Amino acid sequence: MSTTSGKAQRHSQFVGQDKPRRNAIRHAHGRGRFVDDIAFGNLAHLAFLRSPYAHAEILEIDTEAARALPGVVDVFTGPDLVDICTPWVGKLDHFSGLRTPEQYPLAMERARWNGEPVVAVVAESRAIAEDALDLIMVEWAELPAIIGIDNSRSTNGPILHPQYDSNVAFVMNLTAGDAKAAFRDAAYIVEDTLELGRQTGLTLEPRSIVADFDPSLRKLTAYHSTQTPYQMQDVFVRHFNLSEENVRVISPDVGGSFGMKLHVYGEEMAAVAASIRLGRPVKFIADRMESFLSDIHLREHKVHARMALNSGGEILAMEVDDATGIGPFSVYPRTSAMEGNQALRLMGAPYKMPHYDGTLTVLFQNKAPTCQYRAVGHPIGVTVTEHLVDLAAKAVGLNPFEIRRRNIVTQDMYPHTTATGYILERLSHEECLAKLEALMDYPKLIAEQKEMRERGIYRGIGIAAFIEITNPGPAFYGIGGARISSQDGCVIKLEPSGKIRVSVSVTEQGQGTETIMAQVAATYLGVDLDHVDVVTGDTERTPYGGATWASRGAGIGGATVMKAALAMKENILEIAGVILQGEADDFDLVDGQIVDRSNQQVRMSLAEIGRIAYFRPDTLPQDYHPQLSVSRHFVPQGTPFDFTNGVQASYLEVDVETGIVKLLNHWVVEDCGIILNQQLVDEQIRGGVVHGLGGVLFEECLYSENGQMMSATMADYLAPLASEMPDIQIDHVCTPTEMTPLGAKGVGEAGTAAAGAVVLNAVNDALRPLGGTLRTTPLTPERILKALGKI
Amino acid sequence: MKPGLFQYVRADDVEKAVSLLQEFGDEAQLLAGGQSLVPAMALRMALPDVLIDISSIAEMRSITLTDDVLRIGAGCRYVDVLRSEDVARAAPMLVQAIPFIAHEAIRNRGTIGGSLAHADPASELPACMLALDAAIVLQSASGARTIAAEDFFLGTYSTALDEGEMIIAVEIPAIAVNQHHRFLEISRRSGDYAISGGAFVLEMDAGIITAARLAFFAVGDCAVLAGSEALLGKPLNAETIDQVAQRVGEEITFYGDLYNGIGAKRQITKTLTRRLLAQFPGMEL
Repeated sequence: MSTTSGKAQRHSQFVGQDKPRRNAIRHAHGRGRFVDDIAFGNLAHLAFLRSPYAHAEILEIDTEAARALPGVVDVFTGPDLVDICTPWVGKLDHFSGLRTPEQYPLAMERARWNGEPVVAVVAESRAIAEDALDLIMVEWAELPAIIGIDNSRSTNGPILHPQYDSNVAFVMNLTAGDAKAAFRDAAYIVEDTLELGRQTGLTLEPRSIVADFDPSLRKLTAYHSTQTPYQMQDVFVRHFNLSEENVRVISPDVGGSFGMKLHVYGEEMAAVAASIRLGRPVKFIADRMESFLSDIHLREHKVHARMALNSGGEILAMEVDDATGIGPFSVYPRTSAMEGNQALRLMGAPYKMPHYDGTLTVLFQNKAPTCQYRAVGHPIGVTVTEHLVDLAAKAVGLNPFEIRRRNIVTQDMYPHTTATGYILERLSHEECLAKLEALMDYPKLIAEQKEMRERGIYRGIGIAAFIEITNPGPAFYGIGGARISSQDGCVIKLEPSGKIRVSVSVTEQGQGTETIMAQVAATYLGVDLDHVDVVTGDTERTPYGGATWASRGAGIGGATVMKAALAMKENILEIAGVILQGEADDFDLVDGQIVDRSNQQVRMSLAEIGRIAYFRPDTLPQDYHPQLSVSRHFVPQGTPFDFTNGVQASYLEVDVETGIVKLLNHWVVEDCGIILNQQLVDEQIRGGVVHGLGGVLFEECLYSENGQMMSATMADYLAPLASEMPDIQIDHVCTPTEMTPLGAKGVGEAGTAAAGAVVLNAVNDALRPLGGTLRTTPLTPERILKALGKI
Repeated sequence: MKPGLFQYVRADDVEKAVSLLQEFGDEAQLLAGGQSLVPAMALRMALPDVLIDISSIAEMRSITLTDDVLRIGAGCRYVDVLRSEDVARAAPMLVQAIPFIAHEAIRNRGTIGGSLAHADPASELPACMLALDAAIVLQSASGARTIAAEDFFLGTYSTALDEGEMIIAVEIPAIAVNQHHRFLEISRRSGDYAISGGAFVLEMDAGIITAARLAFFAVGDCAVLAGSEALLGKPLNAETIDQVAQRVGEEITFYGDLYNGIGAKRQITKTLTRRLLAQFPGMEL
C-alpha cells in the first residue's frame, strides 16, 4: 500500500482524538503493579556495599562477619562472578576509535566512582542485607580522582585507566564546507564558552528487578523495570550463557524511564547472578540514594563555540569544541559517545548554515557514568547554538525573531541536509516561528519589559528554534553492531466476542503508549476504542522489537499496529464476504459492524463474525480457514530519522538582588506530524519542558573535588517543583512524514530540547541592561549574582 | 535505606519519658514527629539503640495563653500551632513563619520541640524563638529548668540540652502594643531550606524604634541575632535600612551551603534584611 492511501484510508475518528491514558484509572485506584508490588515465594533481597571513594584500589575485602549474620544468604564480590557472567564493553563499530574497558557487575580490583557497587549481600530481608553491609571490612588505597572536564583533559594529570595513554575515550571531527574561510570572510564573529551541568534521571519508580532463575530448566524470568525488555533478554542470554527461549523479561508497570532504564547496570546483572547462584528469586530495588549514585547521569559538557555571520546577519559557519565527561566507562550497549555525537550534529541544525567544523572529545572521569537520556544531546546543541544566535543578533543589530527568520531552513529547501549531515525530509520552521510570535504577543512583551526596566524590574524574553531526532531507523544502532532492534512487531487477535487484542513490542512507561496503540488499532480496524486491549512489556507474550526509546514508540510502533490492523481488517472482511456470500470488497468494518460499502447499511456485528468463525466453522464452506490472528512487522525506511521541529520561548523575571529567577510564561510551537492524541502529545511536551527547566535552573549532580557526590538526596538535588513551573502554552503545526504510513513522528524529547536554551537566553536578555552574561547551567542564584558583579 | 536495629519504647507522660532517658542515657533518642530523625535513621546517619516515642504525651500537646505568656507544648505539631487562635493573637510571627517550613505533609507531623532540639541551622523555629525572646522549658528526672532561647542554641545540631533532659514547652512573651512581627525567607523552591531567612521583632514609639530583635537562620552555624542595635532610636527609613543591612552583613559569621558561598549568603541576607524591614508599618519610602 502506498503511504498516501494509508492515510486516506482512516475510517474512524480515534486517531487525533484526546483520549486519557487507559491505565490512569488503575493507577488512581492504587492498583499499579510495579516490580516491587509483585509477590514471590522464597524471595531474597540484594543490597550493595558501594565505593565510598571516587577512585581507590581494593586491597582486601573481609566478608566473614557479614556472612555470619543470621538471615544472610550469600555475599559475593566482583571476582566471584567471573564464571557466571561475562564482561561487557560499551562500544559500537561506527564510533571508530571509541575505547572503554571491560565492565563487570561489581568492581574488580579498583573502584572508579563514588557509589560503584563493590560487594553484594543477599539476605532474607533488605534490612538484614543492609545490616550485613555494615559488617564488611574493605581495605582501600585511595587514588587521585579525576573529576572536572579540564582535570580529565589535562595532559599531565592522573590517568584513570592505566592501560590507556590519556583520559580520552573518543574523539570525533565533523566538518562541512570551509569553515576557516567563512570565519576569515565573516562580517561578524561571536563566540563563547558554555558549561552545562550534570543531571540525573530521577524516575518516580527507581530501577527495580526481581530475577527468578529456575536451575532445573536453566530458565530465567526477570521482572524488570526497563524500557527495552528485548534488549535486556538478549543481554541476559549472552552474558549469562543462557538459551534465548529460556529467558523471559517482563516489564510490568514502569514508573518513568526517560532513557535512564535503557542501559545495562551492574546491580541488575548482579541480581541475575545472585539468582543463578542461589536458585531462588532475588530482588533489587534501588533506594533514592542509590539512584543518585548509580543511575546514569547526563549532559556534563563544556563547549567552546564560535559563529560567523555575513553583514546581512546570515550564519555562515560554526566552529564547536565540545568536551564531555562520561564517568569511568562508556555505558553498554549504547555507548556514552552518542550524546556528544548528537550534540555535535545538532549544532546550527535549524539554520541554513553551510560551513561547520566541530570536534567532540569524550572524557573519562571518576564520577557516575553518563549516557543517553531524554533529548540526547539536544539541549547542548540547542543551548550553544541559540546562545550564539542571540549574541549574533546583538552584534548585527537584529531582533531575536528577525535573525532567526533570516536563517531558518525555508519551505523551498526540503529535503535538506544540514551541515552536520542530518537529512531533513520536511520541516516547518517558518510557520512555527510565525505562530510563536503571535501566540506570545511579542510586541506586547517587549513593551512590558521596557516599562518594567524603568521601574528596576528585570524581565527577559528568550527564544530558541530546535529540531528533534525521532523514529530512528536501522542506521542508528544496528549499523554499529548492537543487538538493538530497529523494527517492531504486532500481533492482533480477534476474540470470539468480537473484541480485539493487540500485542506489540513497543512498551509503556506512563506516557500512554498503550492508549496510542489502541487508538491506531481501533481506527484502522474500524472498531470501538473500548473493544481494543493492548498487551506490552513481556518478551514471551509480544513480538520481538525495539520497544520504546528515542521518540520511536508512537511513530514506529504506531505504524506497526496500523499495518497489523489493516491486515486484520482484510481478514475480517474476507470472512464477512464468505458468510454474507459476497466479495470482501463489498463490505466495510465501521464501529465494530460489518456494513455494505455501498450504502453503509449494517449487515452483521464483529461479535457475530467471532461466534461463527470460532464456534460454527461447520457453517462455512469446506476447506475455508478463517484467519483470526495476524502479525506484522515494520522497519523504518528512507532517511535514518524522522526529524521534527519547533520553537520555544520563555518570559521570566530575574531578582537582581538575590539571583532568583521567576518563570512567568513558556510557549512551545511544535510539529510532530500527524497527532495521534493531542492530550498525550501536550503532556509529553509539558513534561519535557519541565525536564529542561529543571536542568537549566535547579538540578545538578554536584561532586566535591575528591569526587564525593554532594547532592545525592532529594533535599540537596533540586528537582523542579510544580510551584516554580510557569504555564506552558502549546500550539502545533502538522507536517506529516511520508516515511511511515501513519505520518506520525516522535514528540517525547521536543520539550526538553529547547526549554533550557530559552531560559538561558531569557536570563541573559533580562540582565542585558546590567551587563552580565550567564554561561554555566544550572543558573543558580550565586552564578547570577556573580555575573551581575554583586559578589 | 533501612534503619539499623533499634529498640522502641513509648512514653505516655513526661515523667516516664525522662526516667527512660535517664535509664538509657546517650543510647536513646527521642522520637516526636520523626521528620528529621527518621530520614537520618534510614540513611544510617543516626543509629540510636533505643527510640523513646514521646509523640503521644498529651501534656505536651497544649497551647495556653495566660498572663501575657504563650506556652506551647513541645509535642505540638506545626499544624497545631498554625491553627491556634492564641498563637495568632500572641505570636503572629509563628503564623507567618510556619507556612515556610517544608511542605504540608511535614507540617502535619513535625513538632515544635523536635525542631528546637534538632537545632538545624536552616530551621525557621530557632530564629523565631530568638526574635520572640522565648524561654525554653526543659525537664529531666532531677527537675525542670528554663533557659532563654539566646542561650539554648550553641551551634549546628548543638544545644544546651544536658544528658537526660528534654524540651517540654516554650514560653513566649505575648506581642505588646507597638510591637510588630515580620518573617521572610528567600529560597529557590517553595518549601526548600532557605538560602537566608529572617524573623524580626520591632517595637516603635512615635515612629522611632525602641526595641529590635532581628534573628537570622540558614546563614551560619545556628540561628543568630544581628544588626538589632543599629535600629535603636532611629526612624525606619531607607537610610536606617541601608545601615542595618550593612551591619547585618558585617556581624554575621556566614557559612556557605551546597549551592551558595559566603558571598552569596551575605548579599542575599542583606537583601532579605532590607526587604523585611521595609514590610514594617511606618516605613517611609
